[in-house]
Amino acid sequence: MKIALVGNPNTGKSSIFNMLTGLRQHVGNFPGVTVDKRSGTITTSTGSHELIDFPGTYSLYPRSKDEQVVYDVLTDPKHEDFPDVVLVVADASNIERNLFFFSQIFDLGLPSVLILNMTDLAQRAGKIIDAEKLRTAFKGTVVVETTARAGIGKSRILDAIVEAAKTRPEGRFIPEQNLCSIADSNCQEVEAAMRYKKIGDIIGTVQRIEARPKKELNRIDKLLVHKVWGYLIFAAILMTVFQFIYSFAAIPMDFIDGLFGNLSAWLQETLPKGLFSDLISQGVVPGVGGVVIFIPQIALLFFFIALLEESGYLARVVFIMDRLMRPLGLNGKSVVPLLSSVACAIPGVMSARAISDWKERLITIMVAPLMSCSARIPVYTLLIALVIPKEKLFGFMNLQGLVLFGLYALGLISALLIAWVMKLIIASKEKGFLLLELPGYKMPMWNNVGLTVWEKVKVFVVDAGKVILAISIILWAMATFGPGDRMENAASIATEQAKSMNLSQEETSRKVAAAELENSYIGIVGKTIEPLIKPLGYDWKVGISLITSFAAREVFVGSLATIYAVQDDGGENRTLIDRMKAEKHPDGAPVYTLAMGLSLMIYYVFAMQCMSTLAVVKRETKSWKWPLIQVLYMGIIAYISAFAVFQFMS
Amino acid sequence: MSIKLSHINPGTPVRILHVSDSYLKPKLLEMGFISGSVIDVLFKAPLGDPIAIDIKGYILSLRLDEAATIEVELVNVEMS
Repeated sequence: MKIALVGNPNTGKSSIFNMLTGLRQHVGNFPGVTVDKRSGTITTSTGSHELIDFPGTYSLYPRSKDEQVVYDVLTDPKHEDFPDVVLVVADASNIERNLFFFSQIFDLGLPSVLILNMTDLAQRAGKIIDAEKLRTAFKGTVVVETTARAGIGKSRILDAIVEAAKTRPEGRFIPEQNLCSIADSNCQEVEAAMRYKKIGDIIGTVQRIEARPKKELNRIDKLLVHKVWGYLIFAAILMTVFQFIYSFAAIPMDFIDGLFGNLSAWLQETLPKGLFSDLISQGVVPGVGGVVIFIPQIALLFFFIALLEESGYLARVVFIMDRLMRPLGLNGKSVVPLLSSVACAIPGVMSARAISDWKERLITIMVAPLMSCSARIPVYTLLIALVIPKEKLFGFMNLQGLVLFGLYALGLISALLIAWVMKLIIASKEKGFLLLELPGYKMPMWNNVGLTVWEKVKVFVVDAGKVILAISIILWAMATFGPGDRMENAASIATEQAKSMNLSQEETSRKVAAAELENSYIGIVGKTIEPLIKPLGYDWKVGISLITSFAAREVFVGSLATIYAVQDDGGENRTLIDRMKAEKHPDGAPVYTLAMGLSLMIYYVFAMQCMSTLAVVKRETKSWKWPLIQVLYMGIIAYISAFAVFQFMS
Repeated sequence: MSIKLSHINPGTPVRILHVSDSYLKPKLLEMGFISGSVIDVLFKAPLGDPIAIDIKGYILSLRLDEAATIEVELVNVEMS
């Protein structure tokens, strides 16, 4: 059997899903649409069944693309995901609005189970639901009570599924009204009024209110949305989260980096020499390492986001930020993706899914990579150390620190500006709205938090990993092969030269590697694009590093280190910075001037030098169109600004 | 006397009279903005927008221009 899980947002629907399926779940696609389909396997007394989790919705009639899946599947018996039984999760402490959606499902005539969840919260609020009266009002429906947060009700739901499969709803809740079409808003308005009227008629019999719910939470809310305290608390929480991410994620990331480095070296020595060994040790292993290294940051960031979301706090952040973000074509919900992108754009783009409005979500995704992520730090610090003097401005401001701050500020300001421009350009039939429920505060459920983190990491590794691996292999091939025997010739010339210069074996192999790199396809591309990047102040060696760092920005530093280490023929063991300082153009002028360094920094502020992010954007927008536009617009801005800076400064 | 919901200050219970026609109207009705229901503005975000409403036992936030499509009247506190 196919079983659908539907319900309002904030009813604990995902807790129910996790309780029923545990880790036996996977993420796929609803056919033909760009909506994630979470499904899992459950076992009842009649066998194994597929449980499909549908997007949370307040009504059968969709108000966003995600919600439309519910209407499309449940009203079309020919649909491949059309369910045999529908589970409707309802918040027992908020029964009126939840019965609205349930009664719509009931009127479709589908075998259904009404799951009254969070009965503990309802009782605490003094709301007692009479399940028997509900069964009378909705004849043919199975009603069960659960507290999924405490893991209570699993077997009850499984039994209810078996029972519901044998029955059908008798009659309809609103017999005088037929299903409206999606476009007929007039019909839907009439239906909504009738439904709430009928629910109002029965609510007194199905729900007994013992004590008036006290509005104690209102006081916490007034603090969290206060015009001073609200923002201060939010800032403090952010600072804490970023401290954790920077200090804790660095440890496993260094470990992973070292592990894959060692693995590459070990494979290179162990495997029989040849192309296959090179492909594995220089292409596949670093490629996989490039995926795995992001896992600690992604996991930690989603851990904190899940905590904030589960507790109910995140909705308040959206509430206080919405008015500030709106003029820019963004949404209060854009705050989390943009801030996450300061750590890494990958989880940032992934967390934009919470934005229901497609246009606002798309704009958020498109500008998120402009926020200065942690992969830019190695590039910035190297270049700042290289060209910015260690001086104090006005006697107290550290000039180097100021430049670093300026780069971060530039990223933020341009993200907001470009969001505003995109708001004017991107056409959208959907009109943005907020209408956000502020759920009650709850203790986060560790089980849900853990499963969210697990799911996000899995999606990243599987979906984005494939693209990243493919690009790594392509980059490896471009650095390994050259046209004809050009590389071999260059290598033998270099060997001769090294011999005549009496170089050590290590120095010789470096020199040979440099000659090979220069004559590989990637070296040729570097030389070919030299005229293009010359106006920015770069030579072909920087060009190669720009290309290789398309894999990830921090690769730029490693690439330069290889190239300069390789060409350095003297016996002196200089640091990368010293080598770069000594680097001269053929005419004797230094390469790394202030103008060139600044131009390069500006380039990295804007350029989309991260294939992992591109892979994730492709995954989230389900098309290559948007990542391609992103590469182009960021590249053009990067080029023009780097050009302007270099020309103006020199 | 009918007033727009966007003009109501926090702590004033009001009764919904009418939701004006807009692309949002069916959504607002589904969320519980039904004529005759009594709702309460709980608090406002800094800058006065969006606002948080107590409606049918849950808290919903909506932007001021969304609230402007909802006509309400003041409820006599003693009577409610």
